[in-house]
Amino acid sequence: MKKRISKLSVVLISALCLSGIFTGCGVTPSTPNGTNGKLSIVGSTSVQPLAQELADAYTAKNKDVKIDVQGVGSTAGIKAINDGTCDIGTSSRELKTEEKAWKLTEHIIALDGIAVVVNPKNSVSEISKEQITKIFKGEIKNWKELGGIDKEIIVVSREAGSGTRGAFDELLKIEEKKDGKTTSYLKADALIAEGNGSVKANIASKENAIGYISLGFLDNSLKALKVDGVEATVANVKNKSYPISRPFIMLTKGEENATVKSFLEYIKGDEGQKIVSEKYISIK
Amino acid sequence: MEKSKLKIKSWKKAKIEKVVEHMFLICALIAILSLLVIIGFIFAKGLPAILKIGIVNFIFGMEWKPSEEVFGIFPMIVASLLGTAGAVLLSTVIGVFTAIFLAEIAPNWVANIFRPGVELLAGIPSVIYGFFGLIVFVPLIDKWFGGGGNSLLAVIVILTIMVLPTIISISEMALRAVPKEYKEGSLALGATHLQTIFKVLIPAAKSGILASIVLGTGRAIGETMAVILVAGNSPILPESIFGRVRTLTSNIALEMGYAFGLHQEALFATGVVLFVFIIVLNLILNLMLYRMGEKA
Repeated sequence: MKKRISKLSVVLISALCLSGIFTGCGVTPSTPNGTNGKLSIVGSTSVQPLAQELADAYTAKNKDVKIDVQGVGSTAGIKAINDGTCDIGTSSRELKTEEKAWKLTEHIIALDGIAVVVNPKNSVSEISKEQITKIFKGEIKNWKELGGIDKEIIVVSREAGSGTRGAFDELLKIEEKKDGKTTSYLKADALIAEGNGSVKANIASKENAIGYISLGFLDNSLKALKVDGVEATVANVKNKSYPISRPFIMLTKGEENATVKSFLEYIKGDEGQKIVSEKYISIK
Repeated sequence: MEKSKLKIKSWKKAKIEKVVEHMFLICALIAILSLLVIIGFIFAKGLPAILKIGIVNFIFGMEWKPSEEVFGIFPMIVASLLGTAGAVLLSTVIGVFTAIFLAEIAPNWVANIFRPGVELLAGIPSVIYGFFGLIVFVPLIDKWFGGGGNSLLAVIVILTIMVLPTIISISEMALRAVPKEYKEGSLALGATHLQTIFKVLIPAAKSGILASIVLGTGRAIGETMAVILVAGNSPILPESIFGRVRTLTSNIALEMGYAFGLHQEALFATGVVLFVFIIVLNLILNLMLYRMGEKA
C-alpha cells in the first residue's frame, strides 16, 4: 500500500512538472473577435483608474462578463490594440500621425484637465502658460522670477512616452515636431517621476518643486496653480476656459464584438458618464 | 511464481529510477534553458540596435533623447557604477563591522536579537525601500543640501541599506567558520581580542567576506524599483553627489512600457551592457574564489 502511494506521488509530481512546462509556453490567446464575455483593456496609466471603475460598475450589472484593466502607458496601449493583443486600447493623448494611419476607431470617453501643481507651502498661486513653458524649458530657474521666494525651481516631469507628458508637452510647446521627429526641449536635469502617484509624492515632499498631474489625482497634499487666471476645476475644463486639457480615448480596431460594443455604449450612456463626472469631465 | 514477482518488482524499480532521473534532468534543463533563452533574446534584440546607433555613440554618448533618436548611455553607466561603488563601500565597512560584532563581541542573547533583525531587513521588498527613501531620505537631503533631494546620494544610501543584509549574513558565517584553534592560538600567544580579530580572524575569513561583497555588488547594480523612486532619473552626468542620476536598470524599467521601434531596441541594448557588467562581476568572483582556494 505504502509503495503504491509513493508510486502514485511520483507520477503526480512528474505530471505536475510537465504541465508546468507546457503551460509556461502556451499563453491563452486573447480573442479580439470572440464573444466569450472576457474583455481586456490595455493602455494609459491615467485612464486606468477610470476604466477600472467603469469596468467594475459594468460587470456588477453584467455578471457573465469579466474585464481585465491594465495600465502600461498610452503608447503601449495604442500599439496593443493595433497588434490585436487586447480588446480595447486606451490613450490619454491624441493619436500621433503615424498612429492615425493604423485606422483605429477612436471613442472619446472623457476629458481630463492636467493640473500644474506645487507644494502647498509655495506662495506662488498663479502662472501663465508662457511661464510654464519657460520653466520646463529651463529658461525660468528661480521662484523669485514668479514673485515667490529666492529658491531654485525643481522641475518634475514624466517619463518619455507617458500620455500625460505627451499631452502636456504638446499643449505647452515644450516639444517641437519637425519632419516626423519630435524634439524635446525639457530641461536636461528635470526630475523624472514614474506615474501620477510618484509626481504627487515628489511635489508633496519638496517645497520648491513644480509638476503636473491628471486632474483626477489632485488632492490636499498639492496646490494646483491657476493657469492664465483660470482655476483647474472640472467645470473650467468643461467650458474650455482652462487651457490644459486632453481627451481620454478608448480604441478599437476593425469590427467590434457584441461585448465591446455593449461596454462602450454603457460608458457613453448616462450611467457611465455619471461615473466619469465624479472625477473627470463627461463628454455630454 | 515468487521469483517472477520479484523480477517484475526489480524491473519496475529500475524503471521508476530511470523516470525520476529524467525528471531531475528536465528540471535542471529548465534553469539552463531559461538562461540561454534570456541571453539569446537580449542579445538578438539589443545588438542590432548597438550596431545601428554605433558602439561609440551608444556607450559614450552623453545624450539620451528617444524622441529624436539620440541614444547615449554614458551618464547612466557612470550613475550605475558610482551608485554601486558608493553603496558597496559604505555597506562593506558597516556590514563587516556588524558581522564582527555579531560573531565575536556581542553576547549570545544580543546576537540572537540582531540576527533575525538583519534577516528581516533582507526580506523587505525593494519598492518599500524606495518609498521609504522617497518619503524620508529625499526630503532630508533636500533640507540639508538643497537641490530637491532625489540624487546620487539618496541612491547610495538606499542601496547601502539594501546590500547590508547580504554582507552581514555571509561575512558573519565566514567569521564563525574560522576554526576555533586559530583564535585560541592567537589569544594564547598573548594577542589581544582586537588583534586576534583583525590579524587572524578577518584574514582567515577573507574569501567569505569578499564573496559577500561581490554578491552585494550584484544586488546593488541590479536594483531597479527602489532606485527609480529616489534617483530623480534625469539622464545626465551628475555634477556632484547631490545631482540627479538615472541608472541603467531604471532606464529600462522607466521606458520599456512605452517604447517601440529603435527606442525599444536601445533599451534592450542597455540590457546588454548591464548583462556584460554582471558577467564580468561573476568572473571576478570566481577568479577570486579560485585564487583563494589555490593559496589555502
